[in-house]
Amino acid sequence: MQMQNYFYAIADYIDTQIHNGETTLAYLSAEESDFVRFNKNAVRQAGSVKQLMLTLSLINNHRRAESRISLSGERENDEAWVKSTLEALRRDLGDLPEDPYLLFNQTPQSSEHIGESKLPSNADMLDQVMSRGRDKDLVGLFASGVIYKGFANSLGQRNWHRADNFNFEWCLYHTADKAVKNSYAGTHWSDADFARRMAASSAQLEILKRPPKILQPGQYRAYLAPAAVNEIVGLLSWGGFSVKSQRNKQSPLIKLEDGAMALHSSVSLDECSRDGIAPGFQADGFLKAPDVSLIAGGRHTGSLISPRSAREFGIDNNGANAAEAPEALDMAAGTMQRDAMLKSLETGLLIGNLHYLNYSDRMACRMTGMTRFATFWVENGEIHAPLNVMRFDDSVYRLLGDNLLGLTEERDLIVDSGSYGERSTASARLPGALVKNFALTL
Amino acid sequence: MTASFESIFKRLIPAVDFCSLRFVEESTEMLSVRQDIAEPPKTCIDRGVMITVIDKGGYGYAATSDLSESGLRAAIARAHDWAKLTGGRSVADYSAFAMPTPSGQYRTAMPQHVPVSKSEKFEMLKAESAACKIDDRIKDWEAAFWSTHTRQLYVTADGGLVEQEFDFMVPSLSVTAFANGEAQTRSFGGRYNGFCQQGGMEVIARSGFRGSGRQTAEEALALLSAPNCPSDTMDVILMPDQMMLQIHESIGHPLELDRILGDERNFAGTSFVTLDMFGTYQYGSPLLNVTFDPTMAHQFASFAFDDDGAAATKAYIIENGILKRALGGTISQARARTQGSSVEGVSTTRSCSWNRAPIDRMSNLNIEPGASSLEEMISSVDKGVLMRTNSSWSIDDSRNKFQFGCEMGQMIENGKLTHIVKNPNYRGISATFWRSLAMVGNVATQEVMGTPYCGKGEPSQVLRVGHASPACKFSNIDVFGAEG
Repeated sequence: MQMQNYFYAIADYIDTQIHNGETTLAYLSAEESDFVRFNKNAVRQAGSVKQLMLTLSLINNHRRAESRISLSGERENDEAWVKSTLEALRRDLGDLPEDPYLLFNQTPQSSEHIGESKLPSNADMLDQVMSRGRDKDLVGLFASGVIYKGFANSLGQRNWHRADNFNFEWCLYHTADKAVKNSYAGTHWSDADFARRMAASSAQLEILKRPPKILQPGQYRAYLAPAAVNEIVGLLSWGGFSVKSQRNKQSPLIKLEDGAMALHSSVSLDECSRDGIAPGFQADGFLKAPDVSLIAGGRHTGSLISPRSAREFGIDNNGANAAEAPEALDMAAGTMQRDAMLKSLETGLLIGNLHYLNYSDRMACRMTGMTRFATFWVENGEIHAPLNVMRFDDSVYRLLGDNLLGLTEERDLIVDSGSYGERSTASARLPGALVKNFALTL
Repeated sequence: MTASFESIFKRLIPAVDFCSLRFVEESTEMLSVRQDIAEPPKTCIDRGVMITVIDKGGYGYAATSDLSESGLRAAIARAHDWAKLTGGRSVADYSAFAMPTPSGQYRTAMPQHVPVSKSEKFEMLKAESAACKIDDRIKDWEAAFWSTHTRQLYVTADGGLVEQEFDFMVPSLSVTAFANGEAQTRSFGGRYNGFCQQGGMEVIARSGFRGSGRQTAEEALALLSAPNCPSDTMDVILMPDQMMLQIHESIGHPLELDRILGDERNFAGTSFVTLDMFGTYQYGSPLLNVTFDPTMAHQFASFAFDDDGAAATKAYIIENGILKRALGGTISQARARTQGSSVEGVSTTRSCSWNRAPIDRMSNLNIEPGASSLEEMISSVDKGVLMRTNSSWSIDDSRNKFQFGCEMGQMIENGKLTHIVKNPNYRGISATFWRSLAMVGNVATQEVMGTPYCGKGEPSQVLRVGHASPACKFSNIDVFGAEG
């Protein structure tokens, strides 16, 4: 409650500082996080970060100016800092023209989400990780702690989201670039769960010790594990679901949106905020739509629409963030059994992860990237050998279109381990995908 | 303010093997005009401190935006706790490493400050924006200025004191043309802010930003009606706004010492380069000379001291094609020595801000100009393509197999530039690509570029780096275009 009370007190203070006709929007993004970086089953860097960033917008007379400031968490200091920031914003407003695309929520919709958790102590976590990793080349990052998101406006709206969680992402290396990757994320740490995941990684590591198979470029049958599918969908998220990118012809899915191309009828994608772990509100005060259908039956059905785009294009917003990037993607399950996937694959590639994807032909939604981590050659339904890394270059219209043989019934929840600036709250729930042709080029 | 940090810190220093305070304050302004409409201006003032403690072999840090005395006291205690917890469990005995005790200052070289108001900047942006809409096929266009002023203070318990102050300026402009179901985007400086330098508004003046609106729009339209880049093995001439990406991905990252030591293997990746290769490995043709140069005026990542306090000087990383030094700072070099390596590094341990710990980065990593004029390079090509401005990049986790794409290509046939081609891509392998370097442009072809978005590290960091390069010619490269 301490941080929530502090933020609401700051919000109340802001309310006392506004002038006639002014509206303020305040979005807090704060965290108290611990990070432990491992290499060779030893600690490389360990530390803690306490940070509070407040994005403060001042709106008046159809104009808006915005400032993002770091706060200390001490009310007295921060109130003075907020006051001077408001004054600077007020000066900026005077020089600005009217903003025709200004839109913010003016119907207060308050909300509160406070997650429960049981996080390990840092000493216990170190003991667990290093004992399970003994005699192994373990490398990775353990991140844990509290994430706070808050919104308040001068119209009386208050929203609060608190998540205490951990995310441990690690690899066990055999040699050079031969490694198995795994992760364990959640709100309640269980030594038994962690031990099971380490045991699974250790078992795969044994297979990596076999002599690698070297493939020639060409077309191969392949099974893409959910983590690999996540890389493909993650690149699509780079403008692919944004209405602004679509209307301005920069989306990689232009041909899907125009109806000129379609994906396989089993491909459906939703932005399912209802089931995600990100806050249910955004920085202009709108609540996120619980479920936005983006692709259904292989065809374009909807987009992420921020308030600004809504005003620009004369459509309804659905609570998307300013970047119109998904935070809770949900890809529909298929009917294939994951346990039977090796038999369904017969002979081809079992791809655990993909790496460093980018577009090689944006209009054709063709992307290139690398295989990475546990990727194997399968013969007659059995894992035969690890593969040396290979480059692929293929169109999503083929991979998730004519070449898609099926999606798994089981799906993985992949919690984004990203921490650029702050710990991410994005996630995705995805199946694995069996494809009849996967184009390797180098 | 920095004087008070120094005095408070000195009062609070615990009895440990090493302790430092690093204060960072960044003031940022982002102004943008999209389709002739001013976007709401955004400013940011981000400040905080990181305390680092090394004690009894352990290493811990604590970062906080609470700059009060109690906030600093709590951060010191937290960092000390981490050092105690990791002693004997770390990749190395950190207490055995000699950390620098630096003294000095740095300030971005700038002419006399002439204030330019937000309104004046918006007017400049509006002028370029208005120049973009030259045809109905122009569907989107945007011009922006991104400026940052950074103050840093680094204090060590044993008397080290460094103050550094930077100004950064990043102008950008991009235009998207669309017709018959196809879009082409052309940019000034690259879609990902490849034109970025230290300085103030004088950077805008020397960047060529003025007048870029119409030219960029014309090029976007030209691309729309251009044929696809052909697929073949041919010579390529890469201009500096693509060379910067080529240097970054296939020289910079593989030579980061922390990658070679394995720190990045869970995230950014490893390296095909190993410790035993330094001093003898033929990285490229004898024409390849690569320097770490934190002294180049106006370059994006110039500085006097890295974030571990090590004084930074220019050094050859690759000389006449031979790999000489790694991109690794004080701690990585010391760790390498514990593994029996005598690899030399450079002072390039840096962090993106106060809330992330310093790691090995590439900073300013440049290719030294050669002797060839652009005309001489073009005239030496029977069949090839000249490529400009990076648009796509992908490389494997060992930094070897790469594939890069550019915004714009121009065919070279029988020694002459001919027609424009769209969607030029090429692929190769770092370990052999640089040996195909056939000509290096002279200083007249050099441009000082960089990127604000070098991503790396756990927790993740996005950092400013600089790349100055001349145009370069490579022989027998696998080139291809788009579908259809």
